Amino acid sequence: MKSPVSRRNHRRFSDLACGIVGAVAASLTLVVLGCIVWDLLRLGLPHLSWLFLTGEVADGGRSGGIGPVLVSTVMIVVIALAVAIPPGVGCALWLSEFVRPGTVPARAITGGVDLLASVPSIVFGLFGMAFFAQVLGLGFSILSGGLTLACMILPLLVRTTLTALQSLPVDLRPSAAALGLTQTTTIRKILLPAALPGILVGVTIGVARSLSETAALIFTSGYATRWPDSPGDSGRALSVHIYDLAMNIPNGAAAASASALVLLLMILVINSFASFLAERWLRRYHS
Amino acid sequence: MLALLSGSVVLLIVWFLVAGALPALRDGYLPRLLFDEHWQPGSARDPQFALMPMLAASVLVTALAALLAAPLGIAGAVFHRFYLPKRLAVWNQRMLELLAGVPSIVFGFWGLTVLVPLINRLHPPGQSLLAAGIVLALMILPTIALTSQSALRSVPESQLLAAAGLGMGRFATVFHIALPSARSGIGSGVLLAIARAVGETMAVVMVCGNIAKFPGSVFDPVRPVTATIALEMGYASSSHKALLYLAGLILVLVTGALTGWLAFGKRNAGEVS
Repeated sequence: MKSPVSRRNHRRFSDLACGIVGAVAASLTLVVLGCIVWDLLRLGLPHLSWLFLTGEVADGGRSGGIGPVLVSTVMIVVIALAVAIPPGVGCALWLSEFVRPGTVPARAITGGVDLLASVPSIVFGLFGMAFFAQVLGLGFSILSGGLTLACMILPLLVRTTLTALQSLPVDLRPSAAALGLTQTTTIRKILLPAALPGILVGVTIGVARSLSETAALIFTSGYATRWPDSPGDSGRALSVHIYDLAMNIPNGAAAASASALVLLLMILVINSFASFLAERWLRRYHS
Repeated sequence: MLALLSGSVVLLIVWFLVAGALPALRDGYLPRLLFDEHWQPGSARDPQFALMPMLAASVLVTALAALLAAPLGIAGAVFHRFYLPKRLAVWNQRMLELLAGVPSIVFGFWGLTVLVPLINRLHPPGQSLLAAGIVLALMILPTIALTSQSALRSVPESQLLAAAGLGMGRFATVFHIALPSARSGIGSGVLLAIARAVGETMAVVMVCGNIAKFPGSVFDPVRPVTATIALEMGYASSSHKALLYLAGLILVLVTGALTGWLAFGKRNAGEVS
């Protein structure tokens, strides 16, 4: 039989222990993040300069810059967005405005989209190489890479747009109908503009996902480090550049770190923009 | 029409994988995948197709990552919810979201330049099952922590107040009230993280050592399925290529099953409440 005092001490001890373990776990996560950023800064910052951002790739990437790589990356992302946004938004509109949720077609499409979201990126690469590069004959090109990425970010766009549409006030639709607006007008003039910030959040996250992607791009957009003339050219994305420098180029670590810093900074800015948008959007409709 | 397009992209992908893998299935490679001793699919004289070490590597790497990341992530989330002052908690969450956005290639690069030399000093060669497990654990840690946080946040306030009213300490509240109540949310977060870990390629390929053999210890190099696809996709031909498609198909089936399980669990949970 424990005395009440020892039981209280025991409880105090276990509360404290629980807190300490949690604190260690939580801070370990942040320490690791700090380590990664610190190591990248230590290795990469001396290498970083304006010339590095704009210069041509030289000596396999060890010297020179990443100018053409950045241009290729932007082209790949723009193609991916341009291709994925129309079907993504269209699919979400259909799911939210035209079918009853829970019916067989709605569930089949939602299931297909969710399954697509679960496909590993390397499989997108395998598919992209077989379909876009070989069957459609686009070869290793920026276009192939962009189309592959479009498939990858499509489910993300569908999901975010759907959430944006569904979180609009329900009475928008009957009000518009009561004013005698057709469904097309309602969608074009009321629902889409109102859901635009939410859709933009999805697009922004899509940009971040595209920039982070490597596995799907190595064998679709290729390795070339020239300045790309057209979407038909091969061009390496920034993430592929980091991979190549780290794995295949001896003494490429400094340039790889500098490129990783650039990539990290881009992702940071884009993600901050997305959460800024999302917060404003939430305040508008849920306060 | 657009919806149909979006929904059917996945069918197109699966169809491509099946069509690509078909020669391997038809030519009776299946027993060889299980019983061959080596992986030398390109060899003209003695092609061998031992896929099992790679499947085992995928499972081991993922399991190691989950074992490392789940306790840390959940403990961190408990701390975040029950101990951390609100203002710090907001920052903790921001940092985790930041960490969740770090591209896998950056994790892989960091693992290669910092972690692998460290492990090498401990026990050569450094590129190993352990390195891959740690890098993957770091990658999925924010996912687990963030989903656990939101699961713990959705524990009804009334239950916590009732626990406090009964004079329960924080330790008891956490272990007997909050965690059991948030179990399904935390579980689906871990499952989501596992699905991500199985499919992860770049971070793993850079640190795992890429030797297609069963590992004897955590310090041995391994080569998961995803790494194999990434390394050999560029030059594979004929039956070798079919095998890579088969490997891709296996990956899709596994991650698809995990996702399906998640969705199914969610729907059942929705019907109960």
